[in-house]
Amino acid sequence: MIINGVTIDATFAEAFPMKATRAIITAQNEKWAMIAAQAMTGFATSVIACGCEAGIERTLTPEETPDGRPGVAVMIFAMGGKGLAKQLETRAGQCVLTSPTSALFAGIESDTKIPLGKNLRYFGDGFQIAKVIAGKRYWRVPVMDGEFLTEATTGQVSAVGGGNFLVLAESQPQALAACEAAIEEMKKIPNVIMPFPGGVVRSGSKVGSKYKSLGASTNDAFCPTLKGMTKTDLSPEIESVMEIVIDGLTKEDIDKAMRVGIQAVCNLGAANGIKRISAGNYGGKLGPFHFHLQEIMA
Amino acid sequence: MSALTFTLKIRPDQRVDMSPLVCQLLQDKDPSDIAAIELQSGKRKLRVDELFNVSGSDTQNIIIKNSFGKLDFIGKELDGGSITVEGDAGAYLAMGMKSGEIKISGNAGLYAGCEMKKGYLEIAGDTGDFLGGALPGNKMGMKGGLILVKGNAGERVGDHLRRGTILIEGNAGDYCGSRMTAGTIAVMGQTGRYLGYAMRRGTLLLWNPPVLSPSFNDCGTHTLAFLPMLFKAFATLNSKFADSAAAFNRVQRYAGDMAEMGRGEVLVKI
Repeated sequence: MIINGVTIDATFAEAFPMKATRAIITAQNEKWAMIAAQAMTGFATSVIACGCEAGIERTLTPEETPDGRPGVAVMIFAMGGKGLAKQLETRAGQCVLTSPTSALFAGIESDTKIPLGKNLRYFGDGFQIAKVIAGKRYWRVPVMDGEFLTEATTGQVSAVGGGNFLVLAESQPQALAACEAAIEEMKKIPNVIMPFPGGVVRSGSKVGSKYKSLGASTNDAFCPTLKGMTKTDLSPEIESVMEIVIDGLTKEDIDKAMRVGIQAVCNLGAANGIKRISAGNYGGKLGPFHFHLQEIMA
Repeated sequence: MSALTFTLKIRPDQRVDMSPLVCQLLQDKDPSDIAAIELQSGKRKLRVDELFNVSGSDTQNIIIKNSFGKLDFIGKELDGGSITVEGDAGAYLAMGMKSGEIKISGNAGLYAGCEMKKGYLEIAGDTGDFLGGALPGNKMGMKGGLILVKGNAGERVGDHLRRGTILIEGNAGDYCGSRMTAGTIAVMGQTGRYLGYAMRRGTLLLWNPPVLSPSFNDCGTHTLAFLPMLFKAFATLNSKFADSAAAFNRVQRYAGDMAEMGRGEVLVKI
């Protein structure tokens, strides 16, 4: 398949089941809601070493938030429910509780609940106050700038992590420009995050390493400087490869995000140095979710 | 299916225990079975059809017409469905209600909504003492749900209140919020003496400055983020509390009762 001179490989991205949650952070203004959200979703690019993958889903207008202030929706993905709960709690406690004027609310409904402010309340040292409003339990924790208002729990849902595609370009600036264009479009899709810096990862990995202590190492087949040294997957004109990783609530959400992302890359086309779109997989042995590029773009 | 309607024919001298006439107990009963139910009145038992004309068949939607102040225990431990009372209700209205909805167009007596667990109780008129309170000797009053009083409430509103919300559009009597363990009481009118007497936790939300005991300490003026959310939750009520003009988030905060645990608060609109 070729779109605007860009070859779409007959391959697929392989993704895994994950557990996910969403939280809504509000603050006096969007600037401070965003600061809290950025802090909360920092150091959360990959479950390999961060414990979770997190990102900002979108900003919310005052009409969309529970307390009528500007807000930001963040999503956190982890390999299991326990890990997710731990990450949510520590991140909420260190990054949102501490952020001036912030408040924290559940962003997703589910029968499975995990603590949001339920345990943060103990920071109140006995001065915390519970309030049940419209059937939902909130905690008011006294802090130095007033009160930190937080919902007790949020929902936990099953989700999909690790959807991806690779952008193969003639130069590094062209690969980055294409990924930026893709991310801009993909950010408009609900229920997904792209957890890597700016949504783009330049160090895609393969499973395993020559070093026993490492579970993952550089994806040498896609490293342009190794073209003459390894079993490369790159043609001579490819000088740079970047990857976009997507976590989403459902396979369909990731499908949509991949479609608009790949389309944005293809819109730049061969004229802008974009040669191929490929994807990362492990031969279909590890993840039950397969995203076939050509089917998505059909 | 029309609502199961009990229209009072006679006003007995003695008080009547209406507790058998709740939705969950009448479910699957024939009209003849319902007519034969005996209600305690003083030391006598009266058949339902001696007291009421019974019509309709929807047992999940009960209407009591011509009601007066000696019909006690209306909606006792109601668990789903709705009861509408046209007229006054006696004591113990909605006592221990588990879920559902009770609305009365007149006044209610003592202990309305006492030890209520969940659901919605709306009283269009005034109500007696111990609204949402605990029965004598018990340590826990209302544990959940919402009570709306459009008129005035008597003394000891929310005595031993454990959870839930009591909204009063009019005035509340003395000892409002006494011995509260938690929960919220909002009063738009005036409050009496000994407000929040021995309250441990919970919130008393007032539109008018109260006379406070010396055991309440001034914590200053504040803008509280939870208040807009609380008012938003009232937006669907048929009440002055639903009016956005009545909402506020700037309050004077008093903590108390310091003679007790002292974790409660009185929030006064400023």
